[in-house]
Amino acid sequence: MLKQKYDVIVIGSGPAGLAAAIEAKKTGAEDVLIIERAKELGGILQQCIHNGFGVEILKQDLPGPAYAQRFIDEAEQLGVEVLLDAMVLDISPARHIYAISKWSGFAELDARAIVLSMGCRERTRAQIRIPGTRPAGVYTAGTAQRFVNIEGFMPGKRFVILGSGDIGMIMARRLTFEGAKVERVLEIMPFLTGLIRNYVQCLLDFNIPLQLRHTVSRIIGNSRVEAVEAVQVDDKWQPIPGTEEIIPCDTLLLSVGLIPENELSRKAGVALDPVTGGPYVDEGMQTSVPGIFAAGNVVHVYDLVDWVTEAGFRAGRSAAKFALAERKRAARQVKLQPGDNIRYIVPHVMDKESLAEADQRLQMRVIQPIEDKVWVEVLDGDNLVTRKSQRYVRPGEMVTVDIPQKAYDAVQKADTLTVRVVRR
Amino acid sequence: MANKKYDVIIIGAGVVGCMVARFLSRYKLDILLIDKEADVGMGASSANTAIVHAGYDPVPGSLKAIMNVAGNRMWDTLAGELNFPFERRGDYVVAIGDEELPLLNNLWERGVKNGVPGMMMLSGDEVRRREPNINPKVSGALWASTGGICDPFAVVIAAAENAVQNGVTLMLETAFEDFVMEGNRIVGVKTNRGTFGCRWAINSAGLYSDVVMHKAGQYPEFKITPRKGEYYVFDRAEITINNVLFPVPTPVTKGILVTTTIHGNTIIGPNAQDIQDKEDRSVTREGLAEVWRDATKLVPKLDLRHVIAVFAGLRPGGNAPCKTPGVNYGHDYIIEIPEGVQGFVNLGGIESPGLTSAPAIAQRVIEMLKDAGEKLEEKRDWDPIRPARPRFRDLSPEEQKILIRNDPRYGRIVCRCETVTEGEIVAEIHAPIPARTYDAIKRRTWLGTGRCQGGFDTPRVVEILARELGISPLEVTKKGPGSQFLVRPTKDVEG
Repeated sequence: MLKQKYDVIVIGSGPAGLAAAIEAKKTGAEDVLIIERAKELGGILQQCIHNGFGVEILKQDLPGPAYAQRFIDEAEQLGVEVLLDAMVLDISPARHIYAISKWSGFAELDARAIVLSMGCRERTRAQIRIPGTRPAGVYTAGTAQRFVNIEGFMPGKRFVILGSGDIGMIMARRLTFEGAKVERVLEIMPFLTGLIRNYVQCLLDFNIPLQLRHTVSRIIGNSRVEAVEAVQVDDKWQPIPGTEEIIPCDTLLLSVGLIPENELSRKAGVALDPVTGGPYVDEGMQTSVPGIFAAGNVVHVYDLVDWVTEAGFRAGRSAAKFALAERKRAARQVKLQPGDNIRYIVPHVMDKESLAEADQRLQMRVIQPIEDKVWVEVLDGDNLVTRKSQRYVRPGEMVTVDIPQKAYDAVQKADTLTVRVVRR
Repeated sequence: MANKKYDVIIIGAGVVGCMVARFLSRYKLDILLIDKEADVGMGASSANTAIVHAGYDPVPGSLKAIMNVAGNRMWDTLAGELNFPFERRGDYVVAIGDEELPLLNNLWERGVKNGVPGMMMLSGDEVRRREPNINPKVSGALWASTGGICDPFAVVIAAAENAVQNGVTLMLETAFEDFVMEGNRIVGVKTNRGTFGCRWAINSAGLYSDVVMHKAGQYPEFKITPRKGEYYVFDRAEITINNVLFPVPTPVTKGILVTTTIHGNTIIGPNAQDIQDKEDRSVTREGLAEVWRDATKLVPKLDLRHVIAVFAGLRPGGNAPCKTPGVNYGHDYIIEIPEGVQGFVNLGGIESPGLTSAPAIAQRVIEMLKDAGEKLEEKRDWDPIRPARPRFRDLSPEEQKILIRNDPRYGRIVCRCETVTEGEIVAEIHAPIPARTYDAIKRRTWLGTGRCQGGFDTPRVVEILARELGISPLEVTKKGPGSQFLVRPTKDVEG
């Protein structure tokens, strides 16, 4: 059963989100909720069945799902709540969250602090504007990885991979394991864009050729990819005429970069850095909106999961501290409520500690005139906190009453103070 | 195979064919609508600028001009009855620098002659006020309040669906091959799925309208030249253009414009490249460069980094001379029941403003059939209303709550960029015209059109299509036979 209000709500349960939820709990946040769009926790780690995860912080070389499971288990032990198969539609700067799911319906939740950990998305063929047709058989490497590792289907037989990013190289090896032919990896830059270890373990070991300074200049085929045209580029990434080569294939995989996924951050009013594409953050991973924190690939794109986890810890710790401070601040507040013959009171709430510094003046208007002597009383339930006498009250004339500093102790016990006007 | 006899066979289910089917479904006629593709609206209707033109552009006296202005007037009623997105925002023809300013007067005069209401000349200052992103060198604009934007896929699908609701038979993946003649009368249509009898055949074959009319022995000199137009689509979070901005036109084309889709994405295009291949919708480096150059003249702050899609469409450019005496124009529409052959309604060369004109063309077909002696008795139970299916993202939170409560599948978002739910996808798969491919769902729900371009939703949609259609994921296609997404299960390596 979902609560209405949480100390910390974490959006996304990849390595950053899991770490944030765990650390928030450990820092003292009581109610921590993870909202995850997939049917299980772990994010993209669940489709990364290759190893290479955890070397830095766990001193172990784990596959993605095993790395995720460490943190899933810990989150569960700590009592982190989860809402799975759910999508956040909107976040307000006041940390009000709208989320929907097939199972829980439409939920409106309040968070004392939020951690944004939505990760990133892949750049598409449109963003690099590859000319040609629009057939089936053009996939981002991550989408193909999901088809192969989660759904259990091969998206093609003969592949060309554009981009030497890590997912592309890892997929080159994975597809080779599955009996597919990877014709070539093309990279427009004069250097490798992924990790050297992936180049060695995924391409060199399997004799998959890598061509630097090359790109795809055309996609060929109406229904399904039939071939791609590869071309060499000059120093300004422009195709060099005469270097075109048609490579027959049925699938083009794109591993051409990742972009932090910040649509929700925008909705929450979080300021974004045009260079990283992610939020501006401080040392505690707080964004420009107080109480909203961010960690992982949503901030900037990482190459090692270990550092994503570490950023998640930091954001979770800060979020929990913020939430606890929020709780404390809220506990210090007393509500001011109109009682008999009072229409409204300003201010509506008062910090109890303010009485340590000075008397606090309340301003109000009455509903009915009383042309007789009256008490203006401030009460905590039945206990009188203070009162003042007046010769009459009229709606046209504002009434004031001061809560004196000496009422400090009486006010500390109250959640709500009621003001009323009664005949003497 | 089947030799069922229909009163009317409509060849081609683009916007023209579907509108004709929908308007004719009002009468007691047995109608067959065929298309060679796996979905309706896959030709010229599938990729265009989505504008309902005011009508100041076509040459006065041409059928194009008459149909444009008459068609434009029908759109409010049509949108109301068929429940598709349409907004009459008005459009601007923008003059940059003083030299372009006089050209606006020509358009104004054309508009007056064509009977376009609601035109107004605006100063440069006023245009800058209305569209802050525009080139500051703007010197003035012609503003036409009756210009509009729509979702062209939704228009075609809604018209076809309403036709089917009212008894029209739709056969997809059914390609026209030839006519069956008795003397000089058409009595049937041969297709790849058999021969069907008919009393009337209507040519609304768009890019192939020349081929179809030649088979009927009409206009041997008429030729459709596909004119390719390329476009860019922008992320709506990055730039918003509020208006439809045309440049001043050239003699050949209305030019490369900057406009907004009804979904709020800025789009730029199209260029105009005459080609030969009627299926070549490939985007070219040169074409994209041309579009970019012209569009940035109108709106200099466009940024390539904010492009989320590029695509190309084909206009069915014809070469029919205008038949109005005294009008010298060589690219008019053909809308007629020719004398040389009986049982044939010929609609050819319906290029831009074909979308705008389509309802008026359909109305004209009815009048022509009446003139030809067809009785056209009205059905008592004809229902002009096509009910809309819910679009989750357009609803208020309260409406969304109710929708999810009644059908939890509306609580599962499959396309996160465009906020499309499983409920909407399933509803489209089981609609009167079932969406059976990924692209068919995309056109109906706008799924996969956002910044991730289907990266997130594709595996999920494949799974839903397979489940709902009772087929293997291996059989799910992007856009019909031959465009399967997947080739085999993993761990099933051929020897």
